[in-house]
Amino acid sequence: MGKTLAEKIWDAHIVRQAAGEPDLLYIDLQLVHEVTSAQAFDGLRLAGRKVRRPDLTIATEDHNTPTLDILKPIADPVSKLQIDTLRNNAKEFGIRIHSLGDADQGVVHVVGPQLGITQPGMTIVCGDSHTSTHGAFGAIAFGIGTSEVEHVLATQTLPSSRPKTMAINVEGTLKTGVTAKDIILAIIAQIGTGGGQGYIIEYRGSAIRELSMEGRMTVCNMSIEAGARAGLIAPDQKTFDYIKGKPHAPENFAEAQSYWETLFTDSDAKFDREITLDANTLEPFVTWGTNPGQGLPLNASVPNPADIKDSEERGAAERALEYMGLTAGTPLKKIAIDTVFLGSCTNGRIEDLRAAASVVEGKKIAPKLRMLVVPGSERVRQQAMKEGLDKVFLDFGAEWRNAGCSMCLGMNPDQLAVGERSASTSNRNFEGRQGKGGRTHLVSPLVAAATAIRGTLSSPADL
Amino acid sequence: MEKFIKHTGTGVPLRRSNVDTDQIIPAVYLKRVTRSGFEDGLFSAWRSDPEFVLNKEEFKGGTVLVAGPEFGTGSSREHAVWALQNYGFKAVISSRFADIFRGNSLKGGLLTVILPQVAVEAIWQAIESVPSTSITVDLDTRTVSYNEVTVAFELDDYTRWRLMEGLDDIGLTLKHTDSIDAFEVKRPSYKPTTLPIRI
Repeated sequence: MGKTLAEKIWDAHIVRQAAGEPDLLYIDLQLVHEVTSAQAFDGLRLAGRKVRRPDLTIATEDHNTPTLDILKPIADPVSKLQIDTLRNNAKEFGIRIHSLGDADQGVVHVVGPQLGITQPGMTIVCGDSHTSTHGAFGAIAFGIGTSEVEHVLATQTLPSSRPKTMAINVEGTLKTGVTAKDIILAIIAQIGTGGGQGYIIEYRGSAIRELSMEGRMTVCNMSIEAGARAGLIAPDQKTFDYIKGKPHAPENFAEAQSYWETLFTDSDAKFDREITLDANTLEPFVTWGTNPGQGLPLNASVPNPADIKDSEERGAAERALEYMGLTAGTPLKKIAIDTVFLGSCTNGRIEDLRAAASVVEGKKIAPKLRMLVVPGSERVRQQAMKEGLDKVFLDFGAEWRNAGCSMCLGMNPDQLAVGERSASTSNRNFEGRQGKGGRTHLVSPLVAAATAIRGTLSSPADL
Repeated sequence: MEKFIKHTGTGVPLRRSNVDTDQIIPAVYLKRVTRSGFEDGLFSAWRSDPEFVLNKEEFKGGTVLVAGPEFGTGSSREHAVWALQNYGFKAVISSRFADIFRGNSLKGGLLTVILPQVAVEAIWQAIESVPSTSITVDLDTRTVSYNEVTVAFELDDYTRWRLMEGLDDIGLTLKHTDSIDAFEVKRPSYKPTTLPIRI
């Protein structure tokens, strides 16, 4: 029997296999950032261990960095210590680092692909659950905890249990205004936040093939929100073209590409689970609750918990509506928004900024609404400025910031206030995720832009 | 890592599903560069409500958290495990855990026990009616017991052995350095490296 794509990559990285033990997997690349690495480096120091492969490791600053005045000393002393700790650790252990002000500083999952070090057939880890983003290139990429970060630093391997495989087939053609973000939000609403647990998801089908590399990254990025540690897409000509010319593209490109071309699921391979989604009927999607599975098409209304059969889900919906300050039956498009956040590893790449800019160009922001535009990386910011997008956003009335995770997780000063409501292109609508008491609706960049114009959840079609 | 063989303590019923790691410890608490001191951030938003279960006198000192399904979803932050441990929890019982949280907990010696939802419901009822109910999580026999009830749980032999011996994963892997060396010799030359820097 043939193998799935995930099985092919997994098997090619097994260092050691023993009955009753997890596989020891070789890791091709570890990405490092300030929040989940300090304790790992401490562990190495305590045990007198070195980083085995500094040349397969790269660090940047993103989660806890300011997006204003980035070259001034960081005001919060605890945040400053965390950034300084990463810089010192990088220096001590000989790891490449892209710090604030550097062209390759930015959200770690935007930086890897733009450097061309994210390539098909690799195993990639990072102390961040959205590492699944890199799966868009046909890599097994997954988030790990700090103990595992230390393990990979010390050994360049990770003991891991072989996951099951799931195929999600998205067939058909997306309507205008429907994007990769809507695909993944619809998938999570369908299979639930635990639906992917224990699986690597392979996204397949004509609608996935049609997506750009950046759209594919958006889809793979939110695999974790469906409970899967990793999601991937078989590489194709788009993948190869995207990597070609990037700084770390293989010098012997032809040899690499001939291997990459073997990275697909064999026709006789079996997935443990298969799901199909119709792309033709998809609409712009938005979340109404406090977990990413609580989403609906934008044309729908806030659901009535009483209609939900499962008692656990009903209870969760009741609590979510209370936290979100929403009343069952309210059309989603009537929900007024205070803040629009455009950015994150989900939707902070150049195509996302272009899409939003094309909607807001020549328009004015809704009264009293604030919009933060936070490019995913400094390189994305520079590219956007070259295209004049900064001016489009500033003329519209939005704030144009420096790169980082920013309001996606509300760790730096970019936060929602208590009771404030956002339309956010990020990935998590958890209680307090964007600031204590803040209320988050997850949306695509197009919906974010239209919402910033109208002041209520909207799609460009409503303009 | 401290060995985990058997723990007996009282329970804390957390009747919520989809408890994500942002709830367990919000991002603003992740700025510390140590593994300790995270207890004040544990469930910090919910703890501002006096009715929240951790604020109730009868559940003070509980060491076994009994939670709803999909516990630990979201962010990979191991700080969630540290916060629970720093607060005093030794074990968490749920019908479903998110993968990364579960991996982190078992690396760090916080025992996550998967029981069927009906068994979780029965424990909730037992500890809500008598909060001083003693719960024993026994890794040797792979059982949870309280009152006259004993429920078996599954955990693979390898993880169980590692926890009972208190073994450090890195130390175990380093015994296989020869295999890692051999693997690296065969790695294709076109695989990317981060050094030397190319821009």
